Parts: sequence; structure tokens; C-alpha cells
Amino acid sequence: MSLVLTLAMRNLFQDRLRFVASLMGIVFSVVLVMVQMGLYFGFSAMITTVIDHTKTDLWIVSKGTKYFEDLSLLNTGTKERLLKIEGVSEVAAGVAGFSAWRLPDGVMTSVFIIGTDLASGGLSPWNVVEGTAQSLITPRTVVIDRSYYDRLGASGVGTTAQIRGLPVTVGAVTDGIRSFTTTPYVFSGLRDAWAFTGLPTNFASHFLVRLKPEANIERTRQSILSSISGIQALTPDQFSEQSRSFWLFRTGAGAALVAGALLGVIVGTVIVAQTLYSSTKDHLYEFATLRAMGASNSYIYQVIICQALVNAVIGFGIAALIGSGVVHFTAKSALQVVITPVLIVELFVLTIVMCIVSAMTAIYRVVRVDPAIVLTR
Amino acid sequence: MTESVIEAANVGKSFGDGPASVQALKDVNLTLNGGELTVLMGPSGSGKTTLLSILGCMLAPTVGTVRICGTTTSGARPEQLAKIRRQHIGFVFQSYHLFSTLTSAENVLLALDVRGERGPKAMAKTRDVLASVGLASKLESFPRQLSGGEQQRVAIARAIVAEPSAILADEPTAALDAANGQATMAILSAIAKERGRAVLVVTHDPRLFGFADRIVYIEDGALRREASTSLGPADTQRGDPSQWNASSKAISSSSSQ
Ligand SMILES: Nc1ncnc2c1ncn2[C@@H]1O[C@H](COP(=O)(O)OP(=O)(O)OP(=O)(O)O)[C@@H](O)[C@H]1O
Ligand SMILES: [Mg+2]
Repeated sequence: MSLVLTLAMRNLFQDRLRFVASLMGIVFSVVLVMVQMGLYFGFSAMITTVIDHTKTDLWIVSKGTKYFEDLSLLNTGTKERLLKIEGVSEVAAGVAGFSAWRLPDGVMTSVFIIGTDLASGGLSPWNVVEGTAQSLITPRTVVIDRSYYDRLGASGVGTTAQIRGLPVTVGAVTDGIRSFTTTPYVFSGLRDAWAFTGLPTNFASHFLVRLKPEANIERTRQSILSSISGIQALTPDQFSEQSRSFWLFRTGAGAALVAGALLGVIVGTVIVAQTLYSSTKDHLYEFATLRAMGASNSYIYQVIICQALVNAVIGFGIAALIGSGVVHFTAKSALQVVITPVLIVELFVLTIVMCIVSAMTAIYRVVRVDPAIVLTR
Repeated sequence: MTESVIEAANVGKSFGDGPASVQALKDVNLTLNGGELTVLMGPSGSGKTTLLSILGCMLAPTVGTVRICGTTTSGARPEQLAKIRRQHIGFVFQSYHLFSTLTSAENVLLALDVRGERGPKAMAKTRDVLASVGLASKLESFPRQLSGGEQQRVAIARAIVAEPSAILADEPTAALDAANGQATMAILSAIAKERGRAVLVVTHDPRLFGFADRIVYIEDGALRREASTSLGPADTQRGDPSQWNASSKAISSSSSQ
């Protein structure tokens, strides 16, 4: 081990209490940032989960519709008009809206119906773990997620219930399709969806447009927009982005998460800066001695930065353990904390940067030390 | 053996300006030679530490020039002064200033480390130099586990391990008892004699004057007189201040080249 590192570690460990305090500062800060960012990613993944899992070239929704669950009403005649546009190969209508699910004991719970026209390439439930998505072709058959068993009083394929007074049977079960509105998604056939949501049958909520292989997406999008008014034609990426920016920024939810993370960074930096500064002050005569011995500035910075890095590495290690606990704990909850490998790497870099920035105050103090003080005491 | 290592010419130093200014050194001329142990003595506040700081490139003189091994230090920036110290100067302090969290060996290694010397060779040098000050068995001891005399010997080992041309010691024996003081001076004297270094020791202790090759007396920031002793360390009588007038020649502050 290099002598600089030895000196840095011994200086840090000499005052255990201070070291622990500084570690707690880092751990607090990194965990806070990790959870906030994890929630941010979890939230943003949830907001766009249906869009992200639907294979289509374009989404057609009403003007003003911000996200998948948002109200959107399109005349069903639009389908024929879409099919006439050059480049369009397939159009599937979808109906989405809130409804009421009646448990066998009579208790009602609200659900979000996603009606799909599987035969014409409508969106299909994913992560099916029991039964098949094709069961939606059978009337009065629905697909639910197993994480909502309790809410829906269901126990798997074959469970029966009523939606808006109409009897339904669970035909398939998915795993992990959760809505950020916390209202369970219930997939059904298109016809049933009109009945379940009470939407008039001459209206659909969205159309999924698939293009011919040779068609240019942007050009087709423009010709759709110029020939049909009152609609939006969005690529999946555009629709996701629009949903995310609405929920994360227009509502302030995302801004609050980012602000929380920022606060964590500031608090962590201040705590680490404070401990490094006070440790450096305690060892000021040693730093002055190093200067008297002719150590260069960069050598002295190395000692302080080494201290900062030891703090960073140990603090991050502890924070990562706590973070993985949080991820595990929230995995099945309504709002998942999602920590991706990229986020881990970013957090590690952030921790290092935070600790080095913290070292600046200590370095600022040390460069001002007069080596001659070692002679006067 | 008598080549000049540090030369101070017409050095003056004042602290602060205006009426509150203190003239700590006035027109000091002093040369430290290789192979010589010079003792600097004088009353408290006479400017000994200030002179040692200037000779050791820790403080810039207000007027005059300092040359270290032929290189003038005038106008050098702090980073350049650090480099000169690194290359040519070893300090020994009254309060040792060892690194409390490092062992004896690590304290000495540090002096090599700041000079970029690492690895087994540095370790071997460290072992040798600690053995030369009688601490071969204390390599792994921390400063708090050592006596004052032992700590000062570690500090001396640290000052000499990189073989600087000059060793500057400010009251190195002040915190030590008589026996440890004598032992410390004996080591410093041996460094001058055997290694041909220029050694400057500030001390108040007349019992130690016998180790000196030269004794320089400073008062009110000016060098007053210089005594040259030709006797060996054993003859401490010679260092008795009562005999000073007999053996010393009065010098003007500019005649001590
Ligand atoms: N940094 C400083 N600022 C102002 N005045 C100073 C400074 N350093 C020293 N002095 C003054 O310069 C004069 C010489 O001080 P110096 O420390 O060199 O004395 P000294 O001979 O080493 O004394 P002692 O034997 O007590 O250590 C004193 O009057 C002191 O007050
Ligand atoms: Mg002094």
C-alpha cells in the first residue's frame, strides 16, 4: 500500500467517531439520492409501461391526450381513413377507461380497462404466466395481473367476477404489469371494453398503426396529421416522452424527486467537507511538516484526496448495501425503486466527485499553511 | 569538506510594516560549510529561528540573498522553494513533529516518498539510517511508544535519510534531558563529520557547545561574534560561556564569511 494511502487512512481512522459521522453523511446522502433516483426511474418506467410493451409504429390519440390513461376519444370511422393513407398497412382500435369490478362478496373496486382488438394487431398483455393472451378473443374473458389478486379477489385463471354488471372470467394472468395510478389494469376484448367502460361504440380511445415495410415513418406521420384533424400521431418514443414529461415535470412529481436527490448531494457534500476540513485542521502541523520537508503541493493534495476517496469508497459500499435492501423491499410495492447498473455507476462517480469537491475546503486550508509554523511550536 | 553549502549575504528580515514593524534580522552574513557543525546561540527573540527559517528556504528574506549549493533563492515561488528544501535541506524541530499515525520506519520513509523514492531500496535506506541512530529495534514503534530522545532520533533519521547537503536543527535538545541531549548532539556532529554535511544547531545549552566546530552568536538580529573551536566533543569545558571571551574573536556582523 502506498504511504500516502496509509497516512490518509490512519488519519481518518484515528478519530473513529468523526470518521463514522462522515461515513453516515455519505451513506445518508447516497441512499437518499439512490432512492429518489430509483423512484424517479421506477415511476417513469411505470408511466410508460403500456406504451413500452406495445409493438406498433404509431399511436393515434386525440389532440390534448398526454399519456396512455388520459381521456382520448376518436371516431371509429377514423380507422377507415387511416387505412387509406399511403404506407399504412394495419390499424387496430383500442378502448381504455375506468370501470368497476365487483368481487363475489359484492365489494366494488375500480379498475382500468384496456380493450384490445387482438385479431387486427391490437396491443397484447405481456409477461403472461398463466393461460394465454389469445383468450381475450373469447367474449367476457379478461386478463389480470397476479399482483392484484387481493384487490380483485382473484386466485388465477378461471376466477369469475362482474364488471359493470357483466360476468367475466379470468382467461390469463400476467406478472408485474402495474399501473402507476394504482388502479389495476384489466385487459379485455374490444367489444367487451365498450360495454365495461360505457363508451359509445362509435368511439375508440386509440389506434395502433403499423406501416408497410417500405414506408417512411415520419412521412406517413405527416400525411396522417394533414389528412385527419383533431388527432396526434406519435411514435412510441414520442408518446413515452410526452407521458413522462407530463407526469414528471408538468405535475412536479419528478421535479420533487430530483430536488430531493439534489438536496442529498448538497447535505452529503457539506458533511464530508466538514469532516475532512476538521481532520485536516487537526493534522495541520503534519501538513506543515510535509511542506517543510519539501513535499510538493500535489503530494499534499494526494493525501487529502486519498482521505476523501477512502470516505467515498467505504460510504458508497455501505450505501449500495442499503440500496439493494430498498430495491428488494419495494420490488412488489406500488411504487418500485428501480436501480439500474447505469445508475449504480453514476452514483459511484457522483460519490467520488462529491468527496473530491468536499476535499476542496481542506485543500484550501492546507495551501495557506505556513511551513514556518513547525519551527515556532 | 569545507565547500560552502548555504551562503547568506546581507540578509535582513522585517515582519510587518509601519511603526509596528519588527526588524528581526539585520545585515546577516553567514556561510555554512560541509563537514562543519555550527552552533547558533543568542537570547530569546534575537532572531535565531528567523535566520534558520531563511537559511532553510521556509521564509524569504526582506533584503539580501541566500544561495543553496550555488543556486540563489531570490524570487523563487513557494513551489520552487519546496523543491530546494526537498533536494538540499533536512530539518529537525524542537518538538520533533513526527507523524503520530505513522511508525518510525514510515516516518522516515515519508521523507523518501515525498522525493519519489519508494520500494525496497527506500526501505533498506530507512532501516540503515534508523540503525545509525540506534533505533534498529524500534522500526515498528509509533511515536507515542517512544521516549523523547528516541523520537528526536527518528526525526534526525528522517532529516538525513534523503542525504540533504544541510541539516538545520532548531533547539533539537530543548525537550530532552542532559544525556539524551548529548546523544542527539553526538549524532548531529557525526553527520557533519562522517557524512560531510553542513549542520546548523540552535541551542541555549552551554553543555553542548563542545560539539561545535563554530559558534555563532546573534543578538538583536545581528551576528555579534563567532568562535571557532578546534576541540573534540569530549571537551565540553571549551564550550563553557565563561571561557567564551578568551576563545572567541569579536566579529562585525559582516565579517563572518
Ligand atoms: N511571523 C512573525 N511575525 C512577526 N514577528 C515575528 C515573526 N516571527 C518572529 N518575529 C519576531 O522576530 C524576532 C525574532 O524571533 P525569533 O523567533 O527568530 O527569535 P528566537 O531567537 O528564535 O527566539 P527564541 O529563543 O525564543 O526561540 C522576535 O522579536 C519575534 O517577535
Ligand atoms: Mg526560536
